[in-house]
Amino acid sequence: MSEVKRFHSVRLDKDLCKGCTNCLMHCPTEAIRVHDGRAHIIDERCIDCGECIRVCGYHAKIVETDSLSDIKKFKYSIALPAPSLYAQFRNLKDIGYVLSGLKKIGFDDVFEVARAADIVSRAIHEKLRDPNLPKPLISSACPTVVRLIQVRFPDLIPNICDIRQPMEVAADIARKEFCQKTGCAPEDVGVFFITPCPAKMTAIRSPIGQQKSCVDGAISMMEIYRALRPYVAKMQNEEDLHGESSHYGVGWASSNGESKVVCPDDSLSVDGIHNCIRVLEEIENDKFSDLVFFEGNACVGGCVGGPLVYENNYVAKNNIRKLVSAIKAKENINPVESVPVSVMNKYPLYMDAPIEPNPVMKLDDDIQVAMQKMERMNQLIDELPGYDCGSCGSPTCRAFAEDIVRGYFTETACIHKLRKQLKVMAQQMVDLAKTSSYEEKKE
Amino acid sequence: MSMVHQVYPVAADDFTRAGEASADIKRRLKQLGVSSAVLRRVAVASYEVELNLVIHSDGGELTLNVDQDGVHLISKDVGPGIPDIDQAMREGYSTANEEARSMGFGAGMGLPNMKRNADQFAIESQVGKGTTIEMTFKLA
Ligand SMILES: Nc1ncnc2c1ncn2[C@@H]1O[C@H](COP(=O)(O)OP(=O)(O)OP(=O)(O)O)[C@@H](O)[C@H]1O
Ligand code: SF4
Ligand SMILES: [Mg+2]
Repeated sequence: MSEVKRFHSVRLDKDLCKGCTNCLMHCPTEAIRVHDGRAHIIDERCIDCGECIRVCGYHAKIVETDSLSDIKKFKYSIALPAPSLYAQFRNLKDIGYVLSGLKKIGFDDVFEVARAADIVSRAIHEKLRDPNLPKPLISSACPTVVRLIQVRFPDLIPNICDIRQPMEVAADIARKEFCQKTGCAPEDVGVFFITPCPAKMTAIRSPIGQQKSCVDGAISMMEIYRALRPYVAKMQNEEDLHGESSHYGVGWASSNGESKVVCPDDSLSVDGIHNCIRVLEEIENDKFSDLVFFEGNACVGGCVGGPLVYENNYVAKNNIRKLVSAIKAKENINPVESVPVSVMNKYPLYMDAPIEPNPVMKLDDDIQVAMQKMERMNQLIDELPGYDCGSCGSPTCRAFAEDIVRGYFTETACIHKLRKQLKVMAQQMVDLAKTSSYEEKKE
Repeated sequence: MSMVHQVYPVAADDFTRAGEASADIKRRLKQLGVSSAVLRRVAVASYEVELNLVIHSDGGELTLNVDQDGVHLISKDVGPGIPDIDQAMREGYSTANEEARSMGFGAGMGLPNMKRNADQFAIESQVGKGTTIEMTFKLA
C-alpha cells in the first residue's frame, strides 16, 4: 500500500500559537505535542474532532475549508445545507427562507441534506431487520466517531453501519437531478456542503468507506451564516423554495435525531467525544449486547454543536426542536414508511470501500519489540513524577514515557526530572569544591 | 524472551474504580498490536473477571502476563470462595445483591462468558480461602 499523506482540515497557525498546553490536554487521541514553543499535530492520530479549536484561546487552530468564492470555479454550483444550518436562526418560520437565501448568495440550486437523511433513515431501518447484524450497529454519520473507532477501537469496525452518510447521498442525487433538469455535464456542477465541522471537510478529501466523495467541497457554516443572515432576516421566500424533508430528517441535526427514526426502541445516543469514548469502551466489553443501534456524535448536542457553527449549541438545539414540531404539526410523515422503494433502488446507498483500522497506538509492528518498549515505558513511568503537567510537551507522564520509547523526545524534556538531576549535580559540585585540589595542597 | 507483566489490585465494592484494570489491559494490548479478534475476547473476559472481584469477592488482584504464546489473565482473591463451582458456572446463576443488580450486573453470564472467550479456562475455589481463575488467549 502506498503511503498517502492523510488530508486534515484542522491546521495550526504557527504565528498565533503560543505553545501553551490547552490543546495538548484536551485531544482525545493524544495527537498533539508541544515542542520548540509551538503545538504540532501528529497526522496519523488526528481525527479532526475540533476539540483543539474550541479550547485554543489564541485561535491558533484553524480549519481549512473552501470559501464561498470557490463556487465560481464551477459553471454551476449546488448548496447542500446540513440541517444544523437551520438551527442557526431563531424562530425560523420557513425553511424556504434559508433555501432561497442560498440561491441569493450565489448558488444555482439547493438540495437539503435532511432529504437524504430521510432516505438513509429508511435504508438503516431496513438493514436493522437483519438478525445477523453485529450488535450494536454503530452509526456512520459522524466521521469523527468513525475515525475514532479506526484509531482507538479497531475491533469495533465490523459494527459500523456501511450505509453512506446523508451528505454523500445528497450530493449524488443533487448532481444527477440537476443535470437531468438542465442537460449540463456532471463535471460542470460543483456540489458544496455547508459544514458544521472540519470532520466533514476531511471526509470529502479523504473519504472513509468510499473510493471517492460525491461532494466537491465544503464551506464553513459560519461563513455561510454571515452571508445568509440578511436574506433570512427579510423573511421572504423570494425563490419560492420549500423544505421537502420530514421533521425526522431535520431532526438529524441534533443528537438522537438519527436514532429516533431508525431504531427508537433499542438505541443509545451519546454526544461529546469523551462520552463517546467511554461508551465505546463499554461496547467493546460487550456490556451492551442487547443494544441494537448506537449513535455517537463527537459534538455536544450533535451537529448543532459543531466547531464551525455560529449559534450556541443549546440554543441551536432548541431552535431545531421548535422547527421539528412546526413541521410535524403541518405534516407528520415518517420516512421509514414513506420513502418510496423506487428512490431506494435508484441511488447507491452503500459504501464501496472497506473501513480500514488505523492502529496508531501500536508501539511496534513486531510484538517482541513492542513488549520491550512497554517494559521500558513502565520503568520510565516509575521514574516520572506523575504530575501530568504537560510542560515536557506530551499530554501526560505516561504519554511522555511512550514518546521517549518511540524516540520523539528525550528524558531531559521533563523539567521535574531535570531539576532532580540538577540538585544531585549541585550537591556533587559542593562536595567537589570542599575537597582541596592538587594545587591548593602544594601551597 | 520479553514479556509483559502487570498486577492490578482490585478492591471489593469499589464501583468508582471498577473497570479501570480491564481498561488498562485493553490499552496495553492495543499498544502491543494484539489482533482485534483476540483483543475483543480478552476485553470481555477481563472486564467480567474484574467486576466479579468487585461485586463478589472480598478483594483481590488481577494479573496480566503476555508472552510469545499468548495473553494470560489470573484473578486471585482472598474470599469468600465459591461453594459449588458447577452451579456458579451455569448461565443465569447469580448471587448478586440488589445494589449490583440495579447497576446492570447479576445476569449470571460472567463466568460462562469468560469460559467461552478464553482458549483455556481454569477455576479453583475454596470456601473461606478464595477463588483463583486462570485464562489463556492464544495470540495467533
Ligand atoms: N470471585 C468470586 N468470589 C466469590 N464468588 C464468585 C466470584 N466470582 C463469581 N462468583 C459467584 O458466581 C456467580 C456467577 O458469577 P457470574 O459472573 O457468572 O455472574 P454474576 O456476576 O452474578 O452476574 P454477571 O456477571 O452476569 O453480572 C456469582 O453470582 C457469585 O455467586
Ligand atoms: S457531531 Fe456532527 S458536527 Fe460534530 S464532528 Fe460529528 S458530524 Fe461533525
Ligand atoms: Mg459476573
